[in-house]
Amino acid sequence: MERNLMKGNEALAEAAIRAGCKCFFGYPITPQTEISAYLAKRFQAAGGVFLQAESEIAAINMVLGAASTGVRAMTSSSSPGISLKSEGISYIAGSDLPCVIINVQRGGPGLGGIQPSQADYWQATKALGHGDFQLLVFAPNSVQEMVDAVIKAFDLADEYRMPAMILADGLLGQMMEPVTFPEISSKPVEKPWATNGHGNKREHNIINSLFLQPDVLEKSVTDRFKRYDEIKEKYAEAELYKTEDAEIVVTAYGATSRVAKSAVNMAREQGIKAGLIRPVTLWPFPVKQYQKTAETAERFLCVEMSMGQMIDDVKLAINCSKPVEFYGRTGGVIPKPSEILDEIKKYAGGVK
Amino acid sequence: MAVVFEKPKSMADVTLHYCPGCTHGIIHRLVCEVIDEMGIEGDTIGVCPVGCSVMAYDYFNCDMIEAAHGRAPAVATGVKRTNPDKYVFTYQGDGDLAAIGTAETVHAATRGENIVVIFVNNTTYGMTGGQMAPTTLPGQVTQTTPYGRDPKLMGYPVRVCEMLATLAGTALAQRVAVNSVPHIREAKKAIRKAFENQRDKKGFSIVEILSTCPTNWGLSPIDALKRLEDEMIPYYPLGVFKDENAFPEKEGE
Repeated sequence: MERNLMKGNEALAEAAIRAGCKCFFGYPITPQTEISAYLAKRFQAAGGVFLQAESEIAAINMVLGAASTGVRAMTSSSSPGISLKSEGISYIAGSDLPCVIINVQRGGPGLGGIQPSQADYWQATKALGHGDFQLLVFAPNSVQEMVDAVIKAFDLADEYRMPAMILADGLLGQMMEPVTFPEISSKPVEKPWATNGHGNKREHNIINSLFLQPDVLEKSVTDRFKRYDEIKEKYAEAELYKTEDAEIVVTAYGATSRVAKSAVNMAREQGIKAGLIRPVTLWPFPVKQYQKTAETAERFLCVEMSMGQMIDDVKLAINCSKPVEFYGRTGGVIPKPSEILDEIKKYAGGVK
Repeated sequence: MAVVFEKPKSMADVTLHYCPGCTHGIIHRLVCEVIDEMGIEGDTIGVCPVGCSVMAYDYFNCDMIEAAHGRAPAVATGVKRTNPDKYVFTYQGDGDLAAIGTAETVHAATRGENIVVIFVNNTTYGMTGGQMAPTTLPGQVTQTTPYGRDPKLMGYPVRVCEMLATLAGTALAQRVAVNSVPHIREAKKAIRKAFENQRDKKGFSIVEILSTCPTNWGLSPIDALKRLEDEMIPYYPLGVFKDENAFPEKEGE
């Protein structure tokens, strides 16, 4: 298969087209703008729809409209822009619509900065809008995984009629790596619910998130949560690295996991039994994989580009059965392998 | 026996939830009559707002989407751009279109989105119990202007058609009313023209319809119709503010 050297944001955009995405609605924001620029060029040539909206709010609602008619739709942004989209994301979830949302995270809160960050973990996994709902959240850690995640996100979003998010960061968006685009095997999903004109051949369809009767609204939510249960069972994914005999298990996701892996390798060279568990999906969180790791690990070290957001899920996953330490840099500061190594040594009792 | 009057086919056979004397029912009917006459029910997708017509998706027999407050033009844009051969309309109130959704409205117009916007202006937020709307008249008493709207404190009402008529992407900006038979006939013609514009890909078409809200105005239905005539029309003059093809270079393609 052909290998291309591509920037993360551009590879992600190309993957969307290959996954059958027909339209993109977005608003400029650093550090994800290459996605828009790439799709503006490619969609005009390929007959898709590219539209630069007047706001993030409008963009996500354009996605809602397009997704309502059954086409694969995408938007992308970075942290402050995702906050603006949160209203629309809640409506998309409440209307059971599939779509893909990219967050190339930057430092926050507020306008924050434009350097890589992982401070939107809580937002992505717990609080992306009002109401009881979840998004599928993928956390790739390479340009290749960005491609794979986009394709999977479109498929699962369609299958479960829900929004999916790629939670990337400025580092993944801006880095260049070789990438191959897999053959797309997924078949177009039938969408008999779509509001694309009934053609006088069926009853009219309604896309809606309003249910004024409490029991009807409750049922719509509990039905959705039954689907979530199935997703948790089938699609929670993690990478385990040298965890079999690890006494100290580092845990990190996305770009940080690559720094953490370097630190684990450095620790191993110094005779420290270190390992790494990396969630590939943040929702569903790979609880079982963590529980398995906790059977042998003595201690966890959670490393994030934030003040510690995923750490809560790690503690919950292992029922606080082992100590979970934390090391984080925030505001756009990327932790160095040596910093993480120092933390590993601190908890592993120094070099043996 | 010859049938001389019946319910439009594209209007659902259900009881509307609107208050007695409210003119939403007339406007729904006019839209449905146009859809029927053009034979486009199967190719039409409607977008409802948040407001009194939030449940309009149950009243139209075409495919319907419920949008967030103010976002209907953006939702309609997403539908239309991916389904350019379908007819797309939004049905929005004054708070929805001219306050929280101003950006979506103005930008859909300036892009010349080839959609129809049915804009129901009754100078109040009806669903939430009669608060000041962007179109509330100077001096008008509402829940949130208990001493009357004072422009020095609350600003002036927005004349939406006049504003949108300045934008190149607007094909039709027309204000009509539904307080008398002649006005209702004129309103239907305007709605028909808006849908025909969409068929002919002429750009953004908005029909502003002056409407009544007897409940929140505290008036009988008859007095409400009179208020529309005596107080609203002088501030919001009826007429065509713009009527031209927003994309004339496309003609003859």
